[in-house]
Amino acid sequence: MITLRGRTVVPGVAAGEALVSHEPISGWGGIDPATGIIIEPRHELAGQCFTGKILVFPGAKGSSGWSGFFQSTRLLGTAPLGMIFVRMSTKAALGAVVTRVPTVTGLDRDPCEVISTGDWVRIDAGAGLVEVTPAATR
Amino acid sequence: MRLTDQEKAMRDGAEGAAVVAAMDLLIRYGEALGSERLCDVRNVATSMTQPSPTKARLVREGGWDKAFAVISLDSDEDIQVPPMRVATCQLQHGFGADAEGVVPYPAQMIELQGDAEAFYGRHGVNILATCTPYQVGNIPVRGEHIAWMESSAVIYANSVLGARTNCEGTASTGAAALTGKVPCWGNHLDEGRFGTHLIDVAVRVDSFIEWGMLGYFTGSLAGEDRPVVTGDLAQPDLAELKHFGAAAATSGGVELYHIPGITPEAPTVAAAFGPVPVPQAALYGPRERRAVYEDLSSQGTSTDVDFVLLGCPHASVDQIRRTATALDGRRLSPGTQLWLMVPRALKDVADRSGYTAAIERAGGKVLADSCPAMSRAAPAGTRVFATDSAKQAHYLPAILGIEAWFGTLEECVDAAVTGRWRGELP
Repeated sequence: MITLRGRTVVPGVAAGEALVSHEPISGWGGIDPATGIIIEPRHELAGQCFTGKILVFPGAKGSSGWSGFFQSTRLLGTAPLGMIFVRMSTKAALGAVVTRVPTVTGLDRDPCEVISTGDWVRIDAGAGLVEVTPAATR
Repeated sequence: MRLTDQEKAMRDGAEGAAVVAAMDLLIRYGEALGSERLCDVRNVATSMTQPSPTKARLVREGGWDKAFAVISLDSDEDIQVPPMRVATCQLQHGFGADAEGVVPYPAQMIELQGDAEAFYGRHGVNILATCTPYQVGNIPVRGEHIAWMESSAVIYANSVLGARTNCEGTASTGAAALTGKVPCWGNHLDEGRFGTHLIDVAVRVDSFIEWGMLGYFTGSLAGEDRPVVTGDLAQPDLAELKHFGAAAATSGGVELYHIPGITPEAPTVAAAFGPVPVPQAALYGPRERRAVYEDLSSQGTSTDVDFVLLGCPHASVDQIRRTATALDGRRLSPGTQLWLMVPRALKDVADRSGYTAAIERAGGKVLADSCPAMSRAAPAGTRVFATDSAKQAHYLPAILGIEAWFGTLEECVDAAVTGRWRGELP
């Protein structure tokens, strides 16, 4: 198990399978809140669903609709379980706040490199802790 | 986060339940950012009237007060919306009644938006209904702290006008409208405004399409950072910087750039970087320019164009006039539609000047308030569209599942008249 340390964005505890993006994610024009699927055609995760997963990504990009689209995933029941991101921005911070899922940033290692899709991840966001169990050892 | 006595009183209920909810959101958001305090704003640009199925459901359940609480304050409380505390404008939203019969768009959405306009108008929201408030009288002053959303408006306000705003969202602007407060973080701080990347432009940038392509390159290179752009640049005008910024905010997340000698906070390259050492420049030369063009134009295989979209961000009066001139005495191909998106206040000017009539004589439409991306609406059966906007060329293929061509206004008008795409790299 690998432990990463960072800081709280939204407090809370969540555990689940990781979905890792190495590219920033768009909200408006990038995800479909009705299904929780990434729809940007040339995105590495195009067609993949983040509902019920721990979404790990470098940062938010694109329209200021980012937070509103992620808030909609909460209202429509398609939200991720938790979020881990690298680059702090108003889109990512407000998006995490209104999605109301445990979220951390500022980790001591790059989560997009350390964590792979399918790994089991537990976030204790209030303590700024992330525990990763690689898929191979699960 | 440190709060002033006034802010603590607002948080604790001195100004009512809606302000409590707004302060709660601002504190959660400010702490998520790591912001040390709030700053005062008197100019908010937000999205409250845009219809959506979620909003329709909330309105059915609890009226507009409920919809505002959930979407604009992220609150589960029952509150009554008070008057906006500071000047607040509605950005672009869905299509209005003038689009009925032209745009395939649900009548119930038009009706919901009409109700929203009436409700929010009563609460002091100025219904500008454009992504370009700076074209219709909302022009913040240099150094003024504001709370705007809409990425293309944010980058224009920060970079061209020298106002100070982060790229806010629906809930933070809703809370700012009721409090006159927003987290003092990022672009609000002196140290958050210096350049991070230097781009050296080695090809002549002197037209609307060239500024758009340079913007798309700039966003790809700088991501969410603050590029400083220098080199073979002709004096830009409002429409060119509107296109440049929208493109940079689309391919990346640029909220603030400097063009030394042009934009107000950067008289020189050194001033643009302030205390930061000037980094090595990245080159924008013929090869980079061609790569951007191919990227934006590689989303089409069929040259049969059934839809031409102009006016993203919303067109200036000069762009409307140029569209009317390009269409003068011509007639659209029977299988092709042309829509030009404009702020309603400028449509009035276009009507008076005869531009709308000239565009309509050719078979084109001048539409206010919205765009195909905001309203997820294009002419029925559209498979291939052409646009002069890097932003729409980027987004519409994802949003509507259609093919895209990117070119000049004249190439787009040619495609509308012939039904064929014949554009090429200028």
